[in-house]
Amino acid sequence: MKRTADGISASLPIHSDLDLVWVRQHVRQAAAQLGFGLVEQTKLVTAASELARNTLVHGGGGLLECAPVSRGGARGLRLTFGDEGPGITDLDQALRDGYTSGEGLGMGLGGARRLVHEFAIDSRPGTGTTVTVTSWMPGAPRPREER
Amino acid sequence: MPEQDTAGRPSTPAQEVADFLRGRQEQIAQRWADAALFRTVFTHSRDEAVEAGRAVLDALAAVAAADRVEDAEAGGFDVVREQLARTAASRARAGSTVTQISAEVDALRPPVTELLLAEFPAAPAEHLRDCTTTLTVLMGTLRLVVLETALSEGEELINRQRLQLLEVATPVIKLWEGIVAVPLIGTLDSARSQVVMETLLDSIVEQHARFAILDITGVPTVDSLVAQHLMKTVAAARLMGAECIVSGIRPAIAQTIVHLGIDLSSVLTRASLADALAYALREQGTDIVSREPAGSEVR
Repeated sequence: MKRTADGISASLPIHSDLDLVWVRQHVRQAAAQLGFGLVEQTKLVTAASELARNTLVHGGGGLLECAPVSRGGARGLRLTFGDEGPGITDLDQALRDGYTSGEGLGMGLGGARRLVHEFAIDSRPGTGTTVTVTSWMPGAPRPREER
Repeated sequence: MPEQDTAGRPSTPAQEVADFLRGRQEQIAQRWADAALFRTVFTHSRDEAVEAGRAVLDALAAVAAADRVEDAEAGGFDVVREQLARTAASRARAGSTVTQISAEVDALRPPVTELLLAEFPAAPAEHLRDCTTTLTVLMGTLRLVVLETALSEGEELINRQRLQLLEVATPVIKLWEGIVAVPLIGTLDSARSQVVMETLLDSIVEQHARFAILDITGVPTVDSLVAQHLMKTVAAARLMGAECIVSGIRPAIAQTIVHLGIDLSSVLTRASLADALAYALREQGTDIVSREPAGSEVR
């Protein structure tokens, strides 16, 4: 695991259940350090837990890149989950609540999307999946998404 | 690498370093016995520390003689790998960080370099430089070997602790006649929730419990997998004839569950363990009445 001096930026490997614990702890610490409130921290950590588990279970393991972001005075935390797994053939289906390719509840991907402010998914069958989520600090007006 | 005539005069710096390490083994081992790495591990007797130093020097000489000073996988290290692992593990248990252990191994080098320079007072500077460079590389490789063993020792420690956690983390508490509770603490992964479910179901039978309370105050994150484990446990308890109550749902967790979109309406939930206990008592017809203070008037 690589961590920088700010304690927020990090790239964490996701290859076992134990790594999921690391991911949750790091995201919680990073969010707290940026000044996220308890509710926002919990939401972001839960989203990270869902996405990291997807990376592990469906992507066959991968990497989380954690980085602070700022835009127009607002500060936030960006999490990028990347894997080189089989990818997702039908994104709409995968995001639908209740759909599961395994034995889970089928709430992970859609649920994670509702827990964060910005959600982007890029998946190509055969090459892997990258999910990028960003949450902004509450309080300051949330910036418009750049197009 | 052309074959070396081991009987003849040494022809490479590595050979020369190997011969030097063998020739000065006793002196170096004596000096190492006073270095932090050996002194702190072999606290019983100095002889033990000297003996350990000799073994390491034998290994280093063998690696140098094989001209594999840069190779942490060199066969020579195998002999001392176990001993180095014990040394590193003992330092790690004493609370040393990897950085500290690394520095302690590094501290073994200066006394050797000093002796090496004294060994060849008349040698040309270039030759001496080659020898010290070789020695530095060799000691760097030794450090790598020590750190490798230290890290793998750490991994083992983590795995052992994980297994221990699995065992200790699930006490089932009898709160009242017919009411049991499990305070869940920490990460609820699949292995642990399986243990929780089994111990809970067992105690439902043992205690003839009609109510089982799962308290999640100590669970930091409730994601969809944790929720699924909870629902399965609740369903299993229901099959055994017990009603399950999930308590200790903090405000942040409640909001997260709503956003996540998990439907827990089939599960009876309460904010605190006290609320859950009060509910169970009321349901089974037990009333708890505050004793009237003596002399108080009936209103």
